[in-house]
Amino acid sequence: MGNEACGEGAIQAGCRFYAGYPITPQNELTAYMSRRMEGVNGTFIQAESELSAINMVFGASVAGMRAMTSSSSPGISLKQEGISYLSGCELPAVIIDVMRGGPGLGNISPSQADYFQATKGGGHGDYHMIVFAPSSVQEMFDFTYKAFGCADKYRMPVMVLADGMLGQMMEPLEFDEDMKPPAVVSKPWALTGAENRDAQSIKSLRLGSGEASLERHNEKLQEKYRGIEKKETLVEMYRADDAEKVIVAYGSVGRIARSCVDSLREEGEKVGLVRPRTLWPFPHEDIRRLARGKVDFFVVEMSAGQMVDDVRLAVLDDDRVSFYGRMGGGIPEEKEIVRRLRDKG
Amino acid sequence: MAKTFTRPASMKDAMTHYCPGCGHGIIHRVLCEVIDELGIREKTVAVAPVGCAVLAYDYWDFDTTEAAHGRTPAVATGIKRVLPDRLVFTYQGDGDLAAIGTAEIIHAGARGENISVIFVNNGVYGMTGGQMAPTTLVGQTTATTPFTRRPEKDGFPLKVLEMMSVLPGVTYLERTSVHSPGEVVKTRKAIKRSFQTQLDRKGFSMVEVIAPCPIYWGLTPVMAMKRIQEDVLKAYPLGVVKEGSERI
Repeated sequence: MGNEACGEGAIQAGCRFYAGYPITPQNELTAYMSRRMEGVNGTFIQAESELSAINMVFGASVAGMRAMTSSSSPGISLKQEGISYLSGCELPAVIIDVMRGGPGLGNISPSQADYFQATKGGGHGDYHMIVFAPSSVQEMFDFTYKAFGCADKYRMPVMVLADGMLGQMMEPLEFDEDMKPPAVVSKPWALTGAENRDAQSIKSLRLGSGEASLERHNEKLQEKYRGIEKKETLVEMYRADDAEKVIVAYGSVGRIARSCVDSLREEGEKVGLVRPRTLWPFPHEDIRRLARGKVDFFVVEMSAGQMVDDVRLAVLDDDRVSFYGRMGGGIPEEKEIVRRLRDKG
Repeated sequence: MAKTFTRPASMKDAMTHYCPGCGHGIIHRVLCEVIDELGIREKTVAVAPVGCAVLAYDYWDFDTTEAAHGRTPAVATGIKRVLPDRLVFTYQGDGDLAAIGTAEIIHAGARGENISVIFVNNGVYGMTGGQMAPTTLVGQTTATTPFTRRPEKDGFPLKVLEMMSVLPGVTYLERTSVHSPGEVVKTRKAIKRSFQTQLDRKGFSMVEVIAPCPIYWGLTPVMAMKRIQEDVLKAYPLGVVKEGSERI
């Protein structure tokens, strides 16, 4: 199951601290961690709230441990405070969001309406998380594993943005049980007691001036983000080279869109797929390159249209970008997407 | 002549930003004295709150992080679980601990988290300009109770230690004050006992320290100390509220 694949990916990545709070459709992940942490001498805590869970992860990260929390959309809204503080303190952490429909309690059907709060900084301040968008159980595992390496390397929170379908879907998963965790970078900044070194602090309050000022800190964060945009963008381009129409979709929808491309190709239509595998950094350059040809873009999301904004920013020609979305009413079917694509001409 | 009164080694040589007559300086000092005495400066990780004490890491010479408002015990929980052999304590004000962080403190106690909590109760939000705190006394004037705290509109003061005392995971609770030298000595003893409780792995402990805020009480430092003795302690009686745990 996708949720459990995330859990195992975390364990294989050396995550030994997990705190969570019950919310559907990610409960299997919390339950999995409660069992799995026992066997690896890790810590599992069922927290009193999502706020506490992310702040326990903050504490574990302060102490230098690879740590993770997970939730679904309404719970992720609560975690935004903690994500902002993690970003301000430059602390690594991994957050899994198994999205459900909103706003409010919404429903528990798969959704992609957390794109904005994941990629545009749902919390306060100028920050980014690296956001992975899996579209299979295998990628739930792979991206969670990879997320820990990125989090440590860049000292920042990293999110795996899945949805209820991926979380609860069963399919085969392959991994080497003797695999090694991502390389552990040394963490001289971690607070473990001021033994044989000066006392140090981890904080996000910056009242100083010059090098110690908040503005200088934000400039450094932005420099880091620009570097990540160059190095960490992941995208699957499928039959896109000669395409006249390109579907842009991620996650569960990206997977369905792939089938659409195959069936349309069989009928002789030159359709391709761009499936962003990281949503931040977003594959602007890859889309821009395609846009230099006479390509039309059709964006499909389980939302009212969130990622489509980034596609428009890449294409810079709104007439060539059209959109179809479902909003908490379930997953668009292959034939539904094909019909909508043809309707758009 | 030998020096008999010096700055504790756990305290940085820095001028604090605290107002004249504030209680934080006294509490910082006795806390650092205890850490020196136990010889655990190198094994201590503290969590500073949001509030007047947010800059504590500028004064303490041991590892210190800073939590979001009220999440202090959750952050301490994460640190302590990863580093069970370190001394981990939170330093929190009444807004942080008894309002926005009520869930975090109660559940840290309910889990019997092996941490120490220094809870500084001065009955107002100092950092933000003297607003009503959950611990503000009935009849007290603050920035947001201009007609005094009236229970029918503003509710009643929260007695956190008494609430926490029913939790089986909570091992030791004591309320002290800094309004007189004798009470400062008792505060020092209570903090030491709380830290020792943690070092002995006996579970959650908390020391509530009644402290003055002359600026937002509208009193001179001396009158503020007098107010503690005459008014505040009637609502918050001193002494051990709980000792010994029902933990198995």
